[in-house]
Amino acid sequence: MLQARIIPALLLKQQALVKTNKFGKPAYIGDPVNTVRIFNELEVDELVFLDIAATPTGRGPDFEILVTIADECFMPLAYGGGINSFEQAERIFKIGFEKVVINSALHSMPGLVGQISRVYGSQAVIASIDVRKNFWGKHEVWSHAGQYNHKLDPVSWAIEVEKMGAGEILLTSIDREGTWSGFDILLTKKVADAVGIPVIAHGGAGNTQHIREVITHAGASAVALGSLVVYQQKGMGVLVNFPEKESLKTSINKI
Amino acid sequence: MIHILDFGMGNLGSIYNMFRYLGISAIITDSREELRQAERIVLPGVGAFDEAMKRIQEKGFKELLDEKVLFSKRPVLGICLGMQLLTMGSEEGVIPGLGWISAKTKRFPKQNGLKIPHMGWNQVQHAKPHPLLNNLGEDTRFYFVHSYYVKVVDEADSLLKTDYGLTYDSAICHENIMGVQFHPEKSHKYGMQLLRNFATL
Repeated sequence: MLQARIIPALLLKQQALVKTNKFGKPAYIGDPVNTVRIFNELEVDELVFLDIAATPTGRGPDFEILVTIADECFMPLAYGGGINSFEQAERIFKIGFEKVVINSALHSMPGLVGQISRVYGSQAVIASIDVRKNFWGKHEVWSHAGQYNHKLDPVSWAIEVEKMGAGEILLTSIDREGTWSGFDILLTKKVADAVGIPVIAHGGAGNTQHIREVITHAGASAVALGSLVVYQQKGMGVLVNFPEKESLKTSINKI
Repeated sequence: MIHILDFGMGNLGSIYNMFRYLGISAIITDSREELRQAERIVLPGVGAFDEAMKRIQEKGFKELLDEKVLFSKRPVLGICLGMQLLTMGSEEGVIPGLGWISAKTKRFPKQNGLKIPHMGWNQVQHAKPHPLLNNLGEDTRFYFVHSYYVKVVDEADSLLKTDYGLTYDSAICHENIMGVQFHPEKSHKYGMQLLRNFATL
């Protein structure tokens, strides 16, 4: 039977891996290539790399680092950060990545997703949606690494990006990110119920119970993990790790 | 020496990388001269069926492949779309496949709650014993990503079966012709075992 995917989401900033809290306060984690080697040993299902500095600094992907990462990896790889052209996506696929993650460009270049998915297949494009609650607790879509508020409802935006041709949605709760307090179950469920494509829940995982919850109760097809895989425990030092297969077993067997 | 066929579609680099990691000689080639020398062939593939068959024809590979595979009986391994190309044809397109194995490639129907493409890690069941499956025990899983699946006409050609709503052939084999629907080059230790097995057949 198909298992729900558990995906470490690694944040890149100027060639180093970092970890943020609610999209702020980036802390140094380590060297990307070494980290990939460790995840190879740990046999993780899939990896996502997100360059959080690309769009804010107005530059594209750092292809050199991507080559070194792809050469080390024997599992599916996704990359996001500053992608706003078909040519960049093409180059990323040639390097050996399976998927591209597009966020800010969903707003500025709505035709891009369709262009890429028509040639490479929709499964090659992950639409990334970052969500923050406003003062009144209403969910709103942000982009540009959490710097620009589009004041869009995440559910309607999710339906839009599905129409554009995205194969999956990476749904990130900015408020939960780095907090170890659990995923935003309500948000994830609303979006997963509204679209036919898989939703990857992201932001807030603190333990395997959270993972189980968001898969069984919110309909997430996969989860992306940050703090849980780079820190020893909440408030403790860096330790690249992956939850034990056994403890994940009950969480991830679906259908 | 394993020849990985380059017709411009497919993640050749990753396949090559895995062979290299395993210490197995491999080469990516789009040259008929090089292909003529091939002992074992890997047919990769990501993308659309018709586009792939068109390119194989246009680059003049078809006759040479027929000769290497059907006549010289060289081991060939089709991966993902590469496996679908081994069949008679696909519902995805109109151009006939290589037709080396009597099988059809069909589109996954809408099944309750199941998303298309079938994407992620899934398990496989052995349909028959075969050296390609050596050391791939019960906990074996592979990475899949596909919207079309293969069904063999003769059960004897079924090598592995997988469930995704319906049960389909995730690996097929007829004499020297083999195909796997999943991506061994993205299935870390399981993929490595399979490719190692292919290299030592």
